[in-house]
Amino acid sequence: MKILVCISNVPDTTTKITFTNDNTQFNTSGVQFIVNPYDEIALSKAIELCEGGKGTVTVINVGESATEPTIRKALAIGADDAVRIDAAPRDAYFTAYQIAEYAKSNDFDMILCGRESIDYNGSQVAAMVGEFLDIPSISIIKKLDYDGTTATVEREIEGGKEVISVSGKFIASCAEGTAEPKIPNMRGIMSARTKPLQVVAAKEIAQLSKVQQFETPPPRGTVKLVPAEETAKLIDLLHQEAKVI
Amino acid sequence: MSVLVYVEQVDGKFKKSVFEAVSYAKAIADKQNSSLTAISIGNVNENELNELGKYGASKVLSVSNDQLKNFVNQAYAAVIAEAAKKENATVVVLSNSFSGKGLGPRIAVKLEAGLVDGAVELPNLDGGKFQVKKTAFSGKAFATVELTSAIKVIALNPNAFGVKENATAVAIETFNPEVKSTDFAAIVKEVVRATNKISLPDAELVVSAGRGLKGPENWGMIEELASLLGAATACSKPVSDANWRPHEEHVGQTGIAISPNLYIAIGISGAIQHLAGVSSSKTIVVINKDPEAPFFKVADYGIVGDAFEVVPKLIEALKAHKG
Ligand SMILES: Cc1cc2nc3c(=O)[nH]c(=O)nc-3n(C[C@H](O)[C@H](O)[C@H](O)COP(=O)(O)OP(=O)(O)OC[C@H]3O[C@@H](n4cnc5c(N)ncnc54)[C@H](O)[C@@H]3O)c2cc1C
Ligand SMILES: Nc1ncnc2c1ncn2[C@@H]1O[C@H](COP(=O)(O)O)[C@@H](O)[C@H]1O
Repeated sequence: MKILVCISNVPDTTTKITFTNDNTQFNTSGVQFIVNPYDEIALSKAIELCEGGKGTVTVINVGESATEPTIRKALAIGADDAVRIDAAPRDAYFTAYQIAEYAKSNDFDMILCGRESIDYNGSQVAAMVGEFLDIPSISIIKKLDYDGTTATVEREIEGGKEVISVSGKFIASCAEGTAEPKIPNMRGIMSARTKPLQVVAAKEIAQLSKVQQFETPPPRGTVKLVPAEETAKLIDLLHQEAKVI
Repeated sequence: MSVLVYVEQVDGKFKKSVFEAVSYAKAIADKQNSSLTAISIGNVNENELNELGKYGASKVLSVSNDQLKNFVNQAYAAVIAEAAKKENATVVVLSNSFSGKGLGPRIAVKLEAGLVDGAVELPNLDGGKFQVKKTAFSGKAFATVELTSAIKVIALNPNAFGVKENATAVAIETFNPEVKSTDFAAIVKEVVRATNKISLPDAELVVSAGRGLKGPENWGMIEELASLLGAATACSKPVSDANWRPHEEHVGQTGIAISPNLYIAIGISGAIQHLAGVSSSKTIVVINKDPEAPFFKVADYGIVGDAFEVVPKLIEALKAHKG
């Protein structure tokens, strides 16, 4: 079995988000980059499914050379090899196209993504790859069982879940619950340095979207404190002032 | 030229978020002097379809085909893309729901359309451009995205626009495009949906609690408060990690991002990763015994006190308020 896991390189979750160049670019100065937390879940699931010699896990990232420490981290967690498509990922359409093109010429049984990248929060890449490859895509799963030919997955829906069965190739995007995130051990970290990391040139595709401007939410006014002894007053404020109840 | 809106049905009914998407799509159609068509897939009766006229849809394409009874994004995307072509749609709108997230990207690729997911405002069409504001960095920022493709796809965030009535006469038309059997490789085996609970992503009011509650046995008062308010319940990550509450209640950077009208945070410290998913809530109330808790810095109202004393009092006050 061969599994491809898509990983994105994102700012650490504690990052205070700021922008430069007239708010047109994310300010990366001093920012620590990590494997997107959901992609760690996808990767951990893939490793789990391949344990005991049942298969191999390849990680793929669309990014410039600066993302290599993140790719090495994924190798340290336990991926067998890695591919980097050498381009700045300008939008989900571009990124998905690169992943799909790579997957077309390399036979994978299953492709796993994270539910969304925590920077642009698109939740777009997985379903786009599915469409480019004309295979089923299942977004936001929280459980995945595989018997070698058929996968049974649970997808999140508003107020519940849907159980889906799929035979043949598919792509899914993983949320919490799918797997316990694995932490790299010493041996993993040592071997990550020598595992294969192939760099592939990107292919051209039309650009359909572009971020023009970023902004941060306006700050809130100072908090209005209600004394604990006068709890009932809070209800009045929410009703009369905030008009939310 | 027209605007097409996909109206997601649940058991033959439309939820508020659907009427919100229709209202939003109608406002875009008005800006472009074009008309609004809705597409409904699955068995929805005429009365329910007529409801769409209230919010401005002048035409409804109704697809009812047994094969399409269950949501399969691959097949649904094909049907919606066909409808877009038939209607000459230049904009396709859908809700940024769980299903919407699996659908929008596939429609966009089929139509070679730029996609904005998680839109929070109407597009700005100044200067012949098409720019849409969306959330980014898990709610820590917004991005304005310009779409340059001929057709545009927009997935609207729940509670971002609101429902706006705009009564129009509706023509209902049966639409039966051909579907490929290969689009049904994913088979829906089971749908489990709690009907008595308000779903968190769409909720207008949310009551959320954290580790300050000490243990799962103390959630009774949280649920009571939520049920009195008609609110959904949510929690912080350590709470779902410890299995005190189910994963789908976890909000924040690595959980669900929500923007309800009211978010009440009880016994939650307000870590940056938690705030990321909730800070776009319209009104935030914080109840915490520690006056230094970071959450107070981003709250509109706060009570410094012990949750085990404050919440029962709040429940009493609410009962009194409701009479
Ligand atoms: C990669 C990463 C991603 C993360 N993603 C998320 C995320 O998506 N969502 C999320 O929530 N967290 C996330 N976290 C965790 C986050 O950093 C915090 O640890 C977490 O939000 C804290 O949860 P809490 O506020 O419930 O608990 P605590 O930080 O332990 O806070 C408990 C609060 O309860 C108060 N309290 C205690 N007793 C009482 C009482 N009797 N009455 C009233 N108040 C009381 C305390 O004063 C305290 O402020 C993430 C962390 C990492 C590293
Ligand atoms: N640059 C990238 N390279 C590889 N995979 C990516 C990249 N960006 C996003 N992905 C994958 O697609 C998922 C969803 O990302 P997004 O659509 O950007 O929210 C992520 O969790 C990753 O698995």
